[in-house]
Amino acid sequence: MKTINRRLALGTISLMAMMAGASFASAAEIRVLNWQGYGTDEAFAVEAFEKKTGTTVVHDYFTSEQEMLTKLRTNPGAYDVVLVNSAFTGQAKAEGLITKIDTSDISNFADLAPNLGQNADLVPGGDVYGVAWTWGVTSLTVNKDVVKPAPTSLNVLWDPQYAGKVSIRDDGVEAVQFAALATGQGINDIKDLDAVKAKLKALMPQIKTFWSSENDWNQFFSAGDFVVSTFWSGGAGRSASKGLPVEFIVPEEGAIGWLDSLAIPTASTHQAEARAFINWMIDPEFYVKWAANGAPSSASNKANAALPDTDFNKVTLGDPAVVARVQFMAPLSDDTRKAYLELWQDVKTAQ
Amino acid sequence: MALTARQTNALRAGVLLSPAYLWLTVAVFLPLSAMLFFSFLSAAPFTTDDWHFTTSNYTAFFSRSLYPDLLGRSLLLSAVVTLCCVIIGYPCAYVLAKQIKGRSREALFLLIILPFWSNSLVRIFSWAIVLRGNGIIDHTIEAILPVDVSINLMFSFPAIVIGLVHSYLPYVILTCYLALQAIDDTLIDAARSLGAPFRTIFVRLILPLSLPGLAAGAVLIFVPVAGSFMEPRILGGRMGTFYGTVIEDQFVAVFNWPLGAALSFILLAVVLVILGAASPVLRHAR
Repeated sequence: MKTINRRLALGTISLMAMMAGASFASAAEIRVLNWQGYGTDEAFAVEAFEKKTGTTVVHDYFTSEQEMLTKLRTNPGAYDVVLVNSAFTGQAKAEGLITKIDTSDISNFADLAPNLGQNADLVPGGDVYGVAWTWGVTSLTVNKDVVKPAPTSLNVLWDPQYAGKVSIRDDGVEAVQFAALATGQGINDIKDLDAVKAKLKALMPQIKTFWSSENDWNQFFSAGDFVVSTFWSGGAGRSASKGLPVEFIVPEEGAIGWLDSLAIPTASTHQAEARAFINWMIDPEFYVKWAANGAPSSASNKANAALPDTDFNKVTLGDPAVVARVQFMAPLSDDTRKAYLELWQDVKTAQ
Repeated sequence: MALTARQTNALRAGVLLSPAYLWLTVAVFLPLSAMLFFSFLSAAPFTTDDWHFTTSNYTAFFSRSLYPDLLGRSLLLSAVVTLCCVIIGYPCAYVLAKQIKGRSREALFLLIILPFWSNSLVRIFSWAIVLRGNGIIDHTIEAILPVDVSINLMFSFPAIVIGLVHSYLPYVILTCYLALQAIDDTLIDAARSLGAPFRTIFVRLILPLSLPGLAAGAVLIFVPVAGSFMEPRILGGRMGTFYGTVIEDQFVAVFNWPLGAALSFILLAVVLVILGAASPVLRHAR
């Protein structure tokens, strides 16, 4: 009974949304679903796009990936462009929420870094279901005043020289994935969990404390609690711009990456305009302006190359060889997530 | 219709008690019942439609030595914190109740209750600043003594104990103060006039009479500390994994509400057993 009521309610809402979409959306309006303040809604970008194409851009926002999926499910036809993290592309495709994108009229598509633009999660079986847009990395970050020369291996976390001066985030999945990298395994295909566990156990005596937020990290780093740590590329960029002596390194073993893409909902009625908007979003002209306001790294090699040489993203992640080393997080099942957390709890408790 | 005196009393009691019981029902009983319900599910109903009743969350506790080990560690932390609070708080309460009179007592009281006026997170973070190596303690000692010191208590078991003792000390002072103040001074005078030394007066008179307050304070501290997670996480660093932090992980990191709820109820049961075992002592005290 409850489900029937819910279905009825959702059906009514989606019907209303469709009618609203039909009556308000003229040919010259597209609706974008994204996180608030995340690039697509930059005022200059929306204005420039309208001037160029005559298409106006309206935004709606989500606050979690689950909410994004729910909005697509319950409001078919209400959105024309949606931001989908690569770990969720498979699910959205399987539910029929997003459609195959014809990239022939997305002229900037060819400039995308090959392992981003052709990422297996975004382009299953050769069909593009998401155009790679921005990406970031969780990787090694050191205090460059203390750790000289800059390390090239993740094993600096295990270096006895820095015992008691090391930190990682208190997160089971991330800890396991870093240990996997350090033991030469892929983060999405961990075969030897015993080796991971042994590696993490060996890491424990090295660690001063765990960090959990960017603010934490900056405080601990400034107080000298650690000199070698894991950190987010975006956070490291902000810390560096505040004057902290941070050096962000993508080591030879690789790093943990996330990748956001722009997708087109199956029920979109303005797919051509949507493709034009996506093309604008990966255009170097747009990206350089956005980067001045603080943007994550672009998936487009050409856009990154157009950045000023002092830009943090360009310095640390601009080299295509670095991009090629990054391993992007695939979706994780609840059972795997649980197993990783249990392993992490065991390691933390056994010290 | 005239009410008898007894009916009037019952009515008045009902009116006076109902807000408290209504509140307890809404704010304590209902959420706890929901959690008890969750603890017997295979998955939280709002994440999936595919759930059923199971006791596997409770058997999970015994399937890995991790949970019992952590529970033991948390109970040990509770015992240490409670003991420290009693050792520090009881003499303080005694002096306040028996030695100091008048306005200075009010001022001292204010100082004791002061920690309650600030947010607990703020308190813990300020301890983080104090305990950190090369922090305030080091600088102060270096300013007084011409030696290089480095006292780095941050991210250790003592740091967690210090933070928790600071947070919970007022409970034991307040409950002991009330019990000590209720002791009639003439009793002590009588004992003294019969030639009893202070040690005898304390052991035979003051301690037994104030034991209910002491016990109440100890219970008020022991129970919440056993489930504490915020203080160990912030002050404990890599040593900060306790039963409470594992429960928190279940709720915020893996969204396994049923397991988190089951672990919480096991903690509740263990605490009740401990209190039950201690109840003869408490009853004797009364």
